[in-house]
Amino acid sequence: MTVNGWLQILAFCAALIILSPILGRYMAKVYTGERVFLTPVFGGFERLLYRCLRVDPKRGQDWKSYARSLIIFSLAGWIILYVVLRTASIQPWNDYGGVTFHAAPWDVTFNTVSSFLTNTNWQYYGGETTLTYFSQMVGLTVQNFASAAVGIVTAVALVRAIASRSGKSLGNFYEDFVKTILYVLAPIAFVSALVLVSQGSIQNLSHYVSAHGISGLAQTIAMGPVASQEAIKLLGTNGGGFFNVNSAHPFENPNGFTNFYEMLIVLIIPASLVFMYGRMVGSRRQALAIFAAMFVMFIGGVTVAYAAEAHGSAAQHAAGLHTQVIANSTGGNLEGKEQRFGVAGSAIFDVVTTVTSCGAVNSSLESFTGLGGAIPFANLSASEVIFGGVGTGLYSILLYVLLAVFIGGLMVGRTPEYLGKKIEAKEIKLVALGLLITPLTALFSTALATASAAGRASIFNGGPQGFSETFYAYLSQANNNGSAFAGYTGLIQPAAGNAGAHGVTFADLLGGFTMLFARYAPILFALAVAGALVGKRVSPVGLGTMRTDNPTFVVLLIGVIVLVGALTFFPALLLGPIVQALTGHLY
Amino acid sequence: MRRDFVTAFIAMIVFTILLGFVYPMLVTGVSQGIFPGKANGSLIKRDGVVVGSALIGQQFYEPVIGKNGKQLLVKGVPQTQPDPRYFQTRPSSTSDNAAGSGFSNLGPNNKTTLVAFQGYIQTYLALNKAPNGQMYDPAVTTAAQIPVDAVDDSASSVDPNISVANAKIQAYRVAAVRGLPLTTVDAQVATYTTARSLGFLGEPGVNVLELNLALDRLSGSK
Repeated sequence: MTVNGWLQILAFCAALIILSPILGRYMAKVYTGERVFLTPVFGGFERLLYRCLRVDPKRGQDWKSYARSLIIFSLAGWIILYVVLRTASIQPWNDYGGVTFHAAPWDVTFNTVSSFLTNTNWQYYGGETTLTYFSQMVGLTVQNFASAAVGIVTAVALVRAIASRSGKSLGNFYEDFVKTILYVLAPIAFVSALVLVSQGSIQNLSHYVSAHGISGLAQTIAMGPVASQEAIKLLGTNGGGFFNVNSAHPFENPNGFTNFYEMLIVLIIPASLVFMYGRMVGSRRQALAIFAAMFVMFIGGVTVAYAAEAHGSAAQHAAGLHTQVIANSTGGNLEGKEQRFGVAGSAIFDVVTTVTSCGAVNSSLESFTGLGGAIPFANLSASEVIFGGVGTGLYSILLYVLLAVFIGGLMVGRTPEYLGKKIEAKEIKLVALGLLITPLTALFSTALATASAAGRASIFNGGPQGFSETFYAYLSQANNNGSAFAGYTGLIQPAAGNAGAHGVTFADLLGGFTMLFARYAPILFALAVAGALVGKRVSPVGLGTMRTDNPTFVVLLIGVIVLVGALTFFPALLLGPIVQALTGHLY
Repeated sequence: MRRDFVTAFIAMIVFTILLGFVYPMLVTGVSQGIFPGKANGSLIKRDGVVVGSALIGQQFYEPVIGKNGKQLLVKGVPQTQPDPRYFQTRPSSTSDNAAGSGFSNLGPNNKTTLVAFQGYIQTYLALNKAPNGQMYDPAVTTAAQIPVDAVDDSASSVDPNISVANAKIQAYRVAAVRGLPLTTVDAQVATYTTARSLGFLGEPGVNVLELNLALDRLSGSK
């Protein structure tokens, strides 16, 4: 480890802590209908959109109506995206150095569509050898925005329910959606795309370039509208790379600065939502408590991952390589990492994108050391509440907060209440179901894939690493993360452009259903909890009220999250990454 | 219910137009206007011919000449080997395929990984060994002295950079093969070293393509 590495980590934390309260305050204004500086720019257009959709933004929806709009909207998105991806061969801009791209096989497309709808962006395909520019822009970029907005509005609805004093309304789905796109996602994405281009990310619709290398070798260089997709892929914690190697590709992530910037736009909205929550419920201290719990776990993960990767891997040591830092070299486990990011820049990036539901990577998780690779596992095992995905992080940790309040209430022997609202049997049942459904789906799918020959066909590496690949695949898809131990395969592609390609149907379908179920079931439970809380009367704070804004509660909250995650996943984690971390044995 | 479906489809179509066409085209237009070179891939030309991208690694290989004086074929595939006159990029699982990037996916505790590392180490040591059997850089004779970036696969498989330590070792070979003073080659290495962004973000690296082009200009060869 180096001083410079720690400096990058510190600078990143500082930037996050300074910027997220600012954006949080802005978002609170957006969702409570106050004027913001963009209102004069987009206000008229916003009203035009409502007229176009025949939506009355003043008409609030109860939780069932809100959920219905959300589900039907997602269904429409699923159908349109499937049609877009399957019609690749007739799309414009379809000439990639003499190769015409065809649609990916139906089973892979099913997986991809489910993946982008659910903000997962799990990819069994390599972008530059599979998808046309048209599919990337009109298909995937649109869902990168839409799926992120769906996550955010769910969180906003739950926050409104906790903050409300009476009534049934959680707000209006389409109003929240339109505002999320116009006032939050689109402006930041646009500016970010230009920032990335200014550093070397590409943005064009050209043919792939044929270069004639100086030693006589030819090289074909993939092109495309990369920056516009890269920006929203990170900002919306989507994570689906334009290129196969995702943010490791120099055209997606050209230098140390873009690496820093990309990490920042991944975490900025999840962190800001916490402060937005604080403002909407009228208590900055509640927000700080939640932020503190997230931050402590985040720093823990970064530290372990950085230390493990700086130490180097068993295979490196067996080959006789020296992995300590020497002059002018990064040292550490540089297998599957880029020189310009080094060990620290890779370790933080991959922790940032696995605590959120982003799942972008700038280095190969499959090649992380046993312990370094265990951190993404642990992040996913905590159900992505350490900042988490846009929206999903906040609503998931709020469910954990309710659970912690309930457990705390049992300890002190009082009726549990949160911000003056009594938490009763009905809410706790919904909370428990909402929290357990994702881990259970992950374990069920992993078991199915490990126990069947059809599932084992997808494995690339042998030994415990093979189990890690499988487990990570379904853990990642269930948590709608999308990062991968990328040896695990679901598409067999003999040549670029999909001529003769076929999917691994079992892995494609199991993954697709895992993502859909583990996305929409928790959303429904979160909205149901919102529905149960929204009309509850607020009782005044008394001497016996359990505080939820002090360090004791932060510790309790972390304890509950770790306990649930550990109890659920520890046996499975033992079989893969932990075995590898504890041994120098090669398999 | 029917109303819900109609609204959903109208919304998806409207947002597909806004976010799928207007947004990327706006970014494309502005980028092409302000940063045309970067938006089109930071391509580098020599004598009017594109030789690569400053951001994309490539192989600097020469044909392997067989006993009959022609390029060696193994199972019909023409064989190539690193050209000692040029600095070499990091190992790549796709042979620097810039139209189909890929991870190596080599696990940390796998025998295949060890075998791959041993191969890279052997190649690196062989490349940097002079015909007289001595190492060009006398300080580098075993695996332990090789910087990790020289024998670990890059992530993107098209990493344009190598570490400064790696470049300084290869400088001995390039200087000897090209008949240039070592100090001249070292000065070029320093010129094409990219520092950390803002002085502390990321790691310094040497841009291999730009460095090799500069050396060709110095040597007057192509």
